Amino acid sequence: MSDIKAIDCDVHPSLPDIKLLLPHLEEYWRDSVIERGISSLETAAYPPKAPLTARPDWRGDNGYAATTAAELAAQVLDKWDASYAICNCLYGVQLVFNEDMARAFHRALNDWIRTEFLDRDARLRASIIVPMQNIEYAVEEIERCATDRRFVQIMVLCMQETPLGRRHHWPIFAAAERLGLPIGIHAGSNYRNPVTSLGWPTSYLEDYTSQAQGFQSTVTSLIAEGVFAKYPKLKVVLLESGVTWLPAFLWRFSKTWRGARTEVPWVDRSPAEIVRDNFRLTLQPFDGPSHPDDVERIIDHLRSDDMLLFSSDFPHWQFDGDARIPKGIPEGLRRKILVENPLATYDRLNPTPARA
Amino acid sequence: MNMEVRQPLRAQKTRYGIVDCDIHPKLLMEDFRAHLSNQWWSHLQTYGFRPRHGFAKTYPMPKITPQAARRDAWPPTGGLPGSDLSFMREQLLDLYDMDYGIMNPLTPTGQGDQNPEFSAAMSFASNEVQLAKWSGPEKRLKASVVVPYEHPEAAQVEIKRRAGDKRFAQVFMLSRIAEAHGRRRYWPIYQAAVEAGLPVGIHAFGYSGWPLTNSGWPSFYIEEVTEHAIGQAAVVASMIFEGLFERYRDLKVVLIECGFGWLPALGWRLDKHWERMRDEVPHVRRPPSEYLREHFWVSTQPMEEAEDPDHVIDAMRWIGFDRILFATDYPHWDFDDPFVALPPSLTEEQRLAIYGGNAKKLYGLA
Repeated sequence: MSDIKAIDCDVHPSLPDIKLLLPHLEEYWRDSVIERGISSLETAAYPPKAPLTARPDWRGDNGYAATTAAELAAQVLDKWDASYAICNCLYGVQLVFNEDMARAFHRALNDWIRTEFLDRDARLRASIIVPMQNIEYAVEEIERCATDRRFVQIMVLCMQETPLGRRHHWPIFAAAERLGLPIGIHAGSNYRNPVTSLGWPTSYLEDYTSQAQGFQSTVTSLIAEGVFAKYPKLKVVLLESGVTWLPAFLWRFSKTWRGARTEVPWVDRSPAEIVRDNFRLTLQPFDGPSHPDDVERIIDHLRSDDMLLFSSDFPHWQFDGDARIPKGIPEGLRRKILVENPLATYDRLNPTPARA
Repeated sequence: MNMEVRQPLRAQKTRYGIVDCDIHPKLLMEDFRAHLSNQWWSHLQTYGFRPRHGFAKTYPMPKITPQAARRDAWPPTGGLPGSDLSFMREQLLDLYDMDYGIMNPLTPTGQGDQNPEFSAAMSFASNEVQLAKWSGPEKRLKASVVVPYEHPEAAQVEIKRRAGDKRFAQVFMLSRIAEAHGRRRYWPIYQAAVEAGLPVGIHAFGYSGWPLTNSGWPSFYIEEVTEHAIGQAAVVASMIFEGLFERYRDLKVVLIECGFGWLPALGWRLDKHWERMRDEVPHVRRPPSEYLREHFWVSTQPMEEAEDPDHVIDAMRWIGFDRILFATDYPHWDFDDPFVALPPSLTEEQRLAIYGGNAKKLYGLA
């Protein structure tokens, strides 16, 4: 552990062309891609040319960033001296409506990540992308990929067709707990619902900033439905969620729970405690105040040193320069954020994991 | 149990000059009769309300108490909580020696009804009932201009009708409406509010026709209540990113019953991403947090309760002590008692500003 200098818990390989998935698709779906002219499944959550989607100095000649393991190695692992980086591919397979097609594309994407990234650099790890279009398919995909220990987490998008905590989603939580894999909830939507409770917003800025609302609703749902009463060991990592909304959200949710907890008797302790025990958050996009003293205050509001995990969110353009940790975050937390918290969260990154 | 039993025994040593910015008078159906045409009265009797959800007589999420009310707020004379002026005086206005109360009438005002003309008729009637039954006999109570926001032209007419009438303190909208509040269709409402010199109060609640969360409908009331704060962030983001405050520089917005702790983090987040992608919204000329600081006020209830009370003070400082308005939410179950709700370490000056000073300035109350 002492040789590990940093673990980047959220990087995004990009798939520049759907044809790259063809070798990983069964024949029927390969033919479908060609005969039906399925040209792209890229998601509107990250319009390919939007400034946020990739920092200019990280884009290649084709406009895409992070398309190969070599680019990730040079721009993430070497630059930030990261011993590991966890690949969370955001290609929009979650948006597909046909559930059989969704299964095929999820399998292909996981296999593409395995062969093009994990097999090419020993420092890379990945999340299993799961087809929530059909919960049985989702569990099947988790079990298929989990045998490869370089898959360290299960990843779903923040905004789902129905709130994530709903009971029909529980088979994936059961699988996650059984396999010792955290559930990573990443910013994004399958766009079955508008991204705000006021419908479809005018601007992409509203779409992206509404992710923080999505995370709050999702945390509320997971706790209120009783997921942690049923699966107390389940770990949840909020990926690209932002950080500073969490404390005030917990004030509110915990207070409401104190007043109305008769409705959810299985929630037998404060949501704030459950979140501190079972939830972790990645660092970027760090949405802090401009003054470092205020940053220190808001970090103090988290009331835990264990919750933040280092992430660059590469290649998303969340910051300029090369500093790994934003200004104002106390020195004493650096090692926790960069190494210790990620290792405590991702069992499979440990040289001697608790669960073989 | 949510038992709230207040005894009128507290000795008043200091006058706090409290302005309660969120009181819910219960307007009674029979009071509407005199202010609705025969046709709309008959419509109300026959078809009732159709408020963009499926329940004919009640709400999608059952409340945690009957009428979402304090158990002790049922008037001894009978009737619904919040329906009896003399009992409201006894339990609220006199007990806490309040200077003013701002009335925010909820159901049955017809706001957000699927029939916009009916909503317009109900809004007019709601405003008449507030005057006749409440702010007429009780000068401390100020009315809110209920508007049929899904029929903005009619809303504009209603605001113009009430402009200059000092018995009205603000224009009243709900937080969950058919489109985000900054969208063009609602601009006539803001135009009229600015012309009338009235702030726009946006109170948690209502039905937009969209699911409560961006992952669809949740299961529990506890989620709905938590969502009031979460959803309000989209309201604020829309108003700022649509450039509303460049267009209406005197527009003042009051966020009611959605807490306030979330506001600083929202400002930081909006600033961060606006900085990166401001070319998408060229009409937004300044960092979002600046509009937030200049154009928005928040009401306190339900008062934020952090495990460390000083964290709430941080949030208040980031928002601005001059922007925070005290509110009880009487007669609802999550009522905040003016004597115990505020964090103990506020200075006397901050306390007085929050209790009433800020509201008096904002609403032009003497």
